[in-house]
Amino acid sequence: MKVHEYQAKEIFAKYGIPVPTGQVAQSPQEVRQAAAEIGCPVMIKSQVHVGGRGKAGGIKMAQTPEEAETLGAEILGMKIKGLEVGKVLVTQAVDIDSEAYLGVIVDRRSQKPVVMVSAAGGVDIEEVARETPEKIHKLTVDPLFGLLPFQARKLVFRIYEDPKIASQAAKILQKLYRAFWECDASLIEINPLVVTSQGEVWAVDAKFNEDDNALFRQSWIAQMRDRQAEIPEELEAREKGLSFVKLDGTVGCVVNGAGLAMGTMDLIKHYGGEPANFLDIGGSSSPEKVTAAMRILLRDANVKVVLFNIFGGITRCDDVANGLVSAIKEVGVDLPIVIRLTGTNADEGKEILRRNDLVAVDSMEEVVQKAIQMVGA
Amino acid sequence: MSILVDNQTRVVVQGITGRDGAFHAQQMAQYGTKVVAGVTPGKGGQEVAGIPVYNTVWQAAEEEKANTSVLYVPSAFASDAIYEAVDAGIQLVVCITEGIPTLEMVKVMQYLSAGQARLIGPNCPGIITPGQAKVGIMPGHIFQPGRVGVLSRSGTLTYEVVYQLTQAGIGQSTSIGLGGDPIIGFRFVDGLELFEADPETDVVVLIGEIGGTDEEEAADYVSQHVSKPVVAFIAGLTAPPGKRMGHAGAIISGGSGTAEEKIEALEAAGIPVASKPADIVGLVKKAME
Repeated sequence: MKVHEYQAKEIFAKYGIPVPTGQVAQSPQEVRQAAAEIGCPVMIKSQVHVGGRGKAGGIKMAQTPEEAETLGAEILGMKIKGLEVGKVLVTQAVDIDSEAYLGVIVDRRSQKPVVMVSAAGGVDIEEVARETPEKIHKLTVDPLFGLLPFQARKLVFRIYEDPKIASQAAKILQKLYRAFWECDASLIEINPLVVTSQGEVWAVDAKFNEDDNALFRQSWIAQMRDRQAEIPEELEAREKGLSFVKLDGTVGCVVNGAGLAMGTMDLIKHYGGEPANFLDIGGSSSPEKVTAAMRILLRDANVKVVLFNIFGGITRCDDVANGLVSAIKEVGVDLPIVIRLTGTNADEGKEILRRNDLVAVDSMEEVVQKAIQMVGA
Repeated sequence: MSILVDNQTRVVVQGITGRDGAFHAQQMAQYGTKVVAGVTPGKGGQEVAGIPVYNTVWQAAEEEKANTSVLYVPSAFASDAIYEAVDAGIQLVVCITEGIPTLEMVKVMQYLSAGQARLIGPNCPGIITPGQAKVGIMPGHIFQPGRVGVLSRSGTLTYEVVYQLTQAGIGQSTSIGLGGDPIIGFRFVDGLELFEADPETDVVVLIGEIGGTDEEEAADYVSQHVSKPVVAFIAGLTAPPGKRMGHAGAIISGGSGTAEEKIEALEAAGIPVASKPADIVGLVKKAME
């Protein structure tokens, strides 16, 4: 789960990481008021769950409260990579002497947390990692000990010479690691970590992603979820226990299991089609889930055909068939539907379909080719 | 003809009195697996379908000589159940449970590194040696005894591939679902090492997907240590970066973990990669010639 910058900064502040004063605003008037209270110049920063906000014009500096109001009106309501800006963070502008990067992730290879620092802050860190990986200093942390003070010093002295600054940065790095570990983050980043001309160190931007699996024990972070900032279909799918990702093609897919769902998308592409989505209805699929899946798919005007690929294991084919039949009755489907049913209770499932004038095929190849023919026709 | 589990394996089911635990305990027993005990703290002395229930894994290991455990424990309690199994001397722990926090698994892996016990999963369908033992949730009837080893990060995609192999008359020695999480115990390289040493396995099928670098490590391992033929399939060529494709582990992040990179690494190691699941059968047949 992603949280907004202002929320990430709330987490940072709780762990004692210095962040510039800021206020969230949802209208140009609120932006003006916040700017007046904080004291100009201020930064007005769009709060959306995508990278590259600055390049898209979603981050601006204002010299006066009046200018802040004007810029606030521009940024609020604009769309960045398809997501509408509903909130901005108005924050004290700091003068920048240097910009660095600090981050923590779990490294899948070593299966341990890895702390990363780089003097190349303020830019896309993935680009730095690709083009000049030597500029990123990494350290694998023993999860039983955490990030030890000397380890934090060892890293920050590679990017700062001034011991006063390095000492502040080392403390911030340890706090950052502690926040990562205690909050069950999947990613935590400060980019940039700014040193001002007065020699102060600030976390000017903050990124925090929460491990979805840990939300049950991090309820205060779970509460930060901004439903308005999510893609509506993906939000609805998650609430129904489905896993859905919207794509741009014409073949809508309903599949059980993530691997098979990806395999189905790939096969559609292999035969010259384009999948409209990734959709995993999960293991023990109830008829209600299938109905919900159909509702979500049919809202996408690009979808020209709906493809079901079900390999029954825990999922029972008769459950899926029942869900499909009731979905057609409830939702009113006027698109062609192609179905593959194999595995647990496939015969019962096919019988249910047959009674409702639907036909299921046995193989994945067959159902995909059938779907492609329909899209092409 | 197998690795890790066979008809001598003695299974304890952790979380046996839960809905999934009770159902799959019976399914496993029906398949012929020696399910010798179940564990649910506080429910010791009961029975589930004739299987005795104990309060602790330690008791189940002591009384019933259980050597393998399978977990159907809710995610909040699963890591403790893994520690308990390992502490009781269980050699193989199969964790079906999904939704365990990643940092919890980081600790579990650190704990396991101190001993000899193996963990399969979490968030996996389990392991099956067809005709001998099924420790997990996969539909047993699609498997058939034979000489192909299967290692997969996905559940239903494995069923798809195995079903096609079985229909073509090609049986399996052992099939292992490694799980869809970012941090898992048993990985491709572990399976390759065991299948290479198993006299009853002739060919290994790897079914990978986007995310992480386990397939690349497998490619590396094969070119250095594996003499048996290996064939592969990778799901997720059409997956967009930055989106989690169902599995927590199936995500292209920081421009790495793409299907293209994995296919390239596997092919560079001389491993043929099927362009679609139906082509795996042909590659396996060719490898067996």
